[in-house]
Amino acid sequence: MTIEKFSYDNRIVKNFALATIIWGLVGMLLGLIIALQIPFPNLNIGQYLTFGRIRPVHTNAIIFAFVGNGIFMGLYYSLQRLCKARMYSDALSKFHFWGWQSIIVLAAVTLLTGHTTGKEYAELEWPIDILIAIVWVAFAINMFGTIIKRRERHMYVAIWFYIATVVTVAVLHIVNSIEIPVSILKSYSAYAGVQDALVQWWYGHNAVAFFLTTPYLGLMYYFVPKAANRPVYSYRLSIIHFWALIFLYIWAGPHHLLYSSLPDWAQSLGTVFSIMLLAPSWGGMINGLLTLRGAWDRVREDVVLKFMVVAITAYGMSTFEGPMLSLKSVNAISHFTDWTIAHVHIGGMGWNGMLTFGILYWLIPRLYKTNLYSAKLASFHFWIATLGILFYAVPMYWAGFAQSLMWKEFTADGILKYPNFLETVTQIMPMYKLRALGGLMFLTGAITMAYNLVKTMKQGTLNAEEAAEAPALEKNEKEHAGHWHRWIERRPVQMIILSAVVILIGGVVEFIPTFLVQSNIPTIASVKPYTPLELQGRDIYVREGCYTCHSQMVRPFRSETERYGEYSKAGEFVYDHPFQWGSKRTGPDLHRQGGKYPNVWHYHHMIDPTIMSPGSIMPSYAFMAENDLDISSTPAKIRAMQTLGVPYPEGYDVKANDDLTKQAKSIADDLKKNKVSIDSNKELIAIIAYLQRLGTDIKASKTE
Amino acid sequence: MFRNNLESIAGVSIYPIFSLIVFFAFFTVLIAYLIKMDKEHIEKASRIPLENSELNND
Repeated sequence: MTIEKFSYDNRIVKNFALATIIWGLVGMLLGLIIALQIPFPNLNIGQYLTFGRIRPVHTNAIIFAFVGNGIFMGLYYSLQRLCKARMYSDALSKFHFWGWQSIIVLAAVTLLTGHTTGKEYAELEWPIDILIAIVWVAFAINMFGTIIKRRERHMYVAIWFYIATVVTVAVLHIVNSIEIPVSILKSYSAYAGVQDALVQWWYGHNAVAFFLTTPYLGLMYYFVPKAANRPVYSYRLSIIHFWALIFLYIWAGPHHLLYSSLPDWAQSLGTVFSIMLLAPSWGGMINGLLTLRGAWDRVREDVVLKFMVVAITAYGMSTFEGPMLSLKSVNAISHFTDWTIAHVHIGGMGWNGMLTFGILYWLIPRLYKTNLYSAKLASFHFWIATLGILFYAVPMYWAGFAQSLMWKEFTADGILKYPNFLETVTQIMPMYKLRALGGLMFLTGAITMAYNLVKTMKQGTLNAEEAAEAPALEKNEKEHAGHWHRWIERRPVQMIILSAVVILIGGVVEFIPTFLVQSNIPTIASVKPYTPLELQGRDIYVREGCYTCHSQMVRPFRSETERYGEYSKAGEFVYDHPFQWGSKRTGPDLHRQGGKYPNVWHYHHMIDPTIMSPGSIMPSYAFMAENDLDISSTPAKIRAMQTLGVPYPEGYDVKANDDLTKQAKSIADDLKKNKVSIDSNKELIAIIAYLQRLGTDIKASKTE
Repeated sequence: MFRNNLESIAGVSIYPIFSLIVFFAFFTVLIAYLIKMDKEHIEKASRIPLENSELNND
């Protein structure tokens, strides 16, 4: 047997580690800013730094920049060692690294300048989507190349999680990003309304599953045994964990749409699978924690293990809470409130954050052949981060629960006790302040970590090329009579195919019936396409990220129909590319907004929300009264909508702007009657037109 | 309302049955596999991450 000498590429691991730290700080800082913008609305500055624009940057930065780079850092380190091979191609590693960082920068710039698809966690516009696909493919080639030239026959379970991640993220990204370009930075989702919602939350939910969970489980199965210096508690359990998790996760997406206009059977499917997910998730958590059996004394001293224990515990907590939140009765209370925000932050800060920190503290001293600069600072980081999570989550649970009860409370006479939505917001304001404090603590911890790790790097030298040796894999080694599964454990290609099949089953079963319904979706005769001005207004609504605070989905509860009006029907959204149902009500639902207030109310409210609603925390959109509406884009937008099947008459694209100017003028005239003088070519006119249209289609006649 | 929509799809009843069969088969195969795995192999596989740790400086 020949022993081969080679070296591990540590430089790429170091680069991803630095990116993780830097983007982590940026993402958390943005989180703190938007957390402060709620109690202190004056922090919404100008056009580019409003809550609606920063919030998507925060979520994208945490998910794809912080956690994304964290995945690549851990994966590039562990994969090389598990395969006993250097990464397949240094050039691809570099391309992957710089490609990913440029995507992040492009994302931040485009989102702040208002270029967004309006679909949560998939906000990036189509050219960036294509770039993501290219970089992801490069990463996949690099990874599978490494696996194929490995010197260890068995693929350790962490690698399975990596494979499932690469395959599924590719599928999710492609399916959810199908869109019709209008211009270089504007596109419309190919799906509309209910279908768009289903695809989006199939994506959204599985982005949590296959971007925030499976790759991190792979890291857990590598780094926890490494840090504890003992093998995983049960390898059998890890196999169940893997297959059951990837099989079940993909079905659970519809639990984000309970009580919405999504067909009931799909909602129930989502609930059932979410409950089942509890089993593999907790199997995984127990497996992680029990790996430390007999090493608990070391947890007291070793800060790395401390971070990991909190991370795995947070994983257990969120994966318990998730299924509970998918019960319809619980969801009726939790949905649209800060409860969801608390839930995702237990996952994001607790599971992803703490595991990343643990891995960084373990990894950096090893890469630099030195010891951690300060164990004290690391310990400080651990405590302030753990407390920060509590200070963040507990007030948000409280706020979510309290606000939901206020929304639903009736007086003895049967009228809403808090008819003014704003009152339920001002009541929970102290909770928002406490939450910001929690975020500040968490960020402070991360800053000390950055300092500590930079000092560690300075005192050591990077072991860029770590020498290693391993016997070459004998090509035609006779297969042991062993088990059939061992066959697959050795074959990455078959593994890719099998995991793809497993994840596709759930998606296919969910999608086919819903898409078949398309031909006979409850069409409502009175539902008409948007007028050109409303369409432009809708694009402004999307651009400003209004959906980050306002839903457009009245659920069939008495408390909601009393407050907002008739509950939302599936047939009302057939021309909504993309759907804008939203997922959080920091402000009231807007689906029945049309005709509720006069145009002049909207004018003043957009200029300064506090004039119409004293104490309002909505940002001012006064700039819309200054900005001219770009009507040169109208024909292209109409044509794109026609391609998607929206029934505008043929040749309407060239006539659309005539109708647009007419409608704009009538709104401006109406405002003039109310002593407001504004040119009819301003953006504000378009957004008023859109808001006045919302939900009015079925007001006149109910054809259902 | 939605039930009516679904009923109008030809052969929609195959979906629940298909799902049940897929499910049952998936977990049966998984359990069969776990029962049949041999111990030595598991032991070896679970130690893979701990190999060549002497190259590190701990």
